[in-house]
Amino acid sequence: MSWFKREKAGPEIPEKPPEGGRRVRTEGLWLKCEGCRQIIWKKDLEANWNVCPKCGRHMRMDAFQRLKLLLDGPWEEFDADLHSSNPLDFVDSKPYSERLEAMRQSTNLFDALISAGGTLAGRPVLICAMDIRFIGGSMGCVVGEKITRAIERAIAQKAPLIIVSASGGARMQEGAVSLMQLAKISAALMRLDECRVPYISVLTDPTTGGVTASFAMLGDLNIAEPGALIGFAGPRVIEQTIRQKLPEGFQRAEFLEKHGMLDAVVPRSELKTYIAQALRFLAG
Amino acid sequence: MPEEPEQSVESSPPTASNDAWRRVQLARHAKRPHSLDYINRVFTGFHEIHGDRGFGDDPAIVAGFAFLDDNPIMVVGEQKGRDTKQKLYRNFGMPKPEGYRKALRLMQLASKFGRPVVTFLDTPGAYPGIDADERGQAEAIARNLREMARLACPVICVCIGEGGSGGALALGVGNCVLMLENAVYSVISPESCAAIIWRDSAKAELAAAALKLTAEDLQSLGLIDDIIPEPPGGAHENPDLAADLLATRLRRALRELSPLNSAELVQQRYTKFRRMGNFFL
Ligand SMILES: [Zn+2]
Repeated sequence: MSWFKREKAGPEIPEKPPEGGRRVRTEGLWLKCEGCRQIIWKKDLEANWNVCPKCGRHMRMDAFQRLKLLLDGPWEEFDADLHSSNPLDFVDSKPYSERLEAMRQSTNLFDALISAGGTLAGRPVLICAMDIRFIGGSMGCVVGEKITRAIERAIAQKAPLIIVSASGGARMQEGAVSLMQLAKISAALMRLDECRVPYISVLTDPTTGGVTASFAMLGDLNIAEPGALIGFAGPRVIEQTIRQKLPEGFQRAEFLEKHGMLDAVVPRSELKTYIAQALRFLAG
Repeated sequence: MPEEPEQSVESSPPTASNDAWRRVQLARHAKRPHSLDYINRVFTGFHEIHGDRGFGDDPAIVAGFAFLDDNPIMVVGEQKGRDTKQKLYRNFGMPKPEGYRKALRLMQLASKFGRPVVTFLDTPGAYPGIDADERGQAEAIARNLREMARLACPVICVCIGEGGSGGALALGVGNCVLMLENAVYSVISPESCAAIIWRDSAKAELAAAALKLTAEDLQSLGLIDDIIPEPPGGAHENPDLAADLLATRLRRALRELSPLNSAELVQQRYTKFRRMGNFFL
């Protein structure tokens, strides 16, 4: 099914991908959907907000695409150049500071989250969108501070807050500093709650570890995209602990919904409308 | 905390001081005093309160009311077992959602009646199992973090052994956060960290040093308020003395917090955590 029809006809699109030797020449234009194993034209996928036009599988999006999906037009970015000072002086295969620099080059981001202000269906909102490409979307002190400031901004402006999670959890390279960001953000959300400013948490593939165990589960509404992996412990950690196979669909959005841990599973095509309606209910 | 494989890289480990690893071993020592060992020595009249009133009673968390000198206190602690049978019963000190929900229920009870809360952190981590995830392990931890910030009573948290990531922090949002000298507090276990970095959990001692997880490390990073000294050789060498040292520090913390009213307690706790991790430019 195709949720986002291209409005303008693109260049000539062949009905089927080229076969055999021709595939090499057109490498990069096509990809195989892991859901339906069909070959999809990349432009089709992008025009459909990274949802497979054939089977509806929701593939990952970066933070820029996410903001384009949810906001009406251009946005104002906050704390864009905030970056980590490497509090632990952490070194693995390379120093953490070099890893950050490489990430900055490849993603054009200083850390794993964009904090933005704009309008959603005409309503001023604040959105934090995580970016899974940046060290697995992990949360260190920069992500923690940017979210906390966004919460403070939401309180000051009485503007609803939306956080779109995509993260492997707390950032190992910042150790206990990243762990304490869970408490810092959650405490700020206590204040947001006291001020009765709406907060909608959108969990996308994947949302695990400390992000799930803090702000992602603390929305007035917690909603997720279809098929998103959401959990506390990673599936491999659980398998190693209990030494048995995990049940089918375990830790997927639909599984969480069934177990009462999510308010709704909302397809990407309906996400903006859903949030607009929810905010209409929450904020009038 | 589980990490995404994107963070994985192969490399040869650097050489490191093993003091951090020594602390990890002391924190996990077979004879190290656990929560109940301290509760029974520091407090009088401890009465355990069971259950989350929703699903069950988690033996990995003990909680109840007690008295320090004559002052009523709500005590909540993560509890490990000593022998094999006890270890299994306590699930190796790895709480499930119902444990965190019991803890929150009782902390809120204390808040309602203006009684101080003392928590003991000692867990390898929240239990990573199918049932725990099904019942909302992440939600339970998240809720504790937010609701502990709201408690209208003094909250004193002591990391007595292993501060295993979110599973420990879920009892760790306090006005005063303390660590025993040989306790450790980390975002990920050294073994898991080593498995991610060097694909070799045997390199855990190097990871322990890299993670900066000792009490001194956390204090210098501004993440805890103070360190409680242990008897020479570690708390297990003299549990009575370790408990005395702990009780002395608890009395001081309670005294220091007693002038604050509920609003000031919430504010003081908030301000402390708000400032944590100012390591950005
Ligand atoms: Zn497909």
